[in-house]
Amino acid sequence: MTEELNPSAPTLPKSRNLIITLAGIAMISGLLVVLTFQLTLPRITQNRQDALERAVFTVLPFAETRTNYLLTEAGLEELPDADFAKANVFAGYDQTGTLTGLAMEASARGYQDVVKILYGYAPDTECVVGITVLESRETPGLGDKVDSDPDFLDNFACLDAKLTPDGSTVINAIETVKHGKKTNEWQIDAISGATITSTAVGNALSESTQTMLPLLAKHRNSLKTHKESELSSKE
Amino acid sequence: MIKDPRAPEPLGWKTFSQGIWKENPVFVMLLGLCPVLAVTNTAMNALAMGLATTFVLVCSGVLVSLLRKVIPKQVRIASYIIIIATFVTITDYAIQAISLDLYKALGAFVQLIVVNCIILGRAEAYASKNTVVNALVNALGMGVGFTFALLCLGVVREVLGSGTLFEVTLFGPSFQPWAVFVLPPGGFFVLAMWLFLFSYVRKRRARIQELKKEVSHAA
Repeated sequence: MTEELNPSAPTLPKSRNLIITLAGIAMISGLLVVLTFQLTLPRITQNRQDALERAVFTVLPFAETRTNYLLTEAGLEELPDADFAKANVFAGYDQTGTLTGLAMEASARGYQDVVKILYGYAPDTECVVGITVLESRETPGLGDKVDSDPDFLDNFACLDAKLTPDGSTVINAIETVKHGKKTNEWQIDAISGATITSTAVGNALSESTQTMLPLLAKHRNSLKTHKESELSSKE
Repeated sequence: MIKDPRAPEPLGWKTFSQGIWKENPVFVMLLGLCPVLAVTNTAMNALAMGLATTFVLVCSGVLVSLLRKVIPKQVRIASYIIIIATFVTITDYAIQAISLDLYKALGAFVQLIVVNCIILGRAEAYASKNTVVNALVNALGMGVGFTFALLCLGVVREVLGSGTLFEVTLFGPSFQPWAVFVLPPGGFFVLAMWLFLFSYVRKRRARIQELKKEVSHAA
């Protein structure tokens, strides 16, 4: 062993050495992280797209195909399939090619972090017809129940989001009420024990419906209500 | 002759096995209990978490051991944290690439591997003082021990709490899942039971050995 066994007088190394070591390690670390990021990026994007597709079909149960749209102040623009990440409205069409609903993203602050959900909106009945959680870090066993609790999901059979006749705003903003206190069609009955997450879902829906639905009403004409059948590729 | 505590340990079966039984990180050292309690609600989550931790443990152990002569004592903890954080980030991306559902199920606990004291503890107590091969074998042993412990909890909790094992339904449709076992309190219950079992077995073994000694003395 070359290390000396003399425990007395440990000499302090120069601070330059300390800095160089730390910088060196940080550089190796950065390199490894960037390399992994580059290598896994295509797979992760693919997984995200699959997950989104599944989510869209969860909130719009009758949909068989989807089209990506980007809804802005300027208008409603159709996007190619590869640009799914930029889209904020997904239109779902059933087997005959009829528009069954629109899926939109919404997010709000939850208990731990931002809760990102996707909700289905049926334009003919003007209701929210389903939600699914896209991203959440809520407490396992409590907050994450908003995605699975059947009683909570029953709120979204037809959650009222009707617009005023001129289409400028939502008549009754969606709100979350305490468990068992739901009286109106636009209220969400919270899960007891997960009130903050339930409220986050309500806030997300309220905010998103108030901004997106009037916009959608304005640019209604650019939305295809009937899609040319591409189902010949399916068996 | 006094053994120099800094002298490297010889590589042996013990290097590997101490993590599994004698110094099992969960059942004996009670380290890293946060993921142990949090993500063992299903056997699959437990297995994934165990493997992810093992990967970080092995990679950081090897790198720390490789750099043990380069890193000055004063900045060692900072260096270990950077190294561990790097491998945690890599694991994080890898899990996202493998399965987003799994990534969602594990939630924040993948990133939280970085603060798992088993890993820093191994880097500080073992990898920084031993050769690369020893560090690798030891980290692997610890990882297997940790995975084993997580599975012990995960299997019991999933079977009792959801009536399934690795998502295969075990019982008939009339089985009423014992939901408390997939909730946090269930984690504590199951952990307590396993700790009880482990310490009972260890005490019993020690007692038997003592008695054997007494008998041989008497004889």
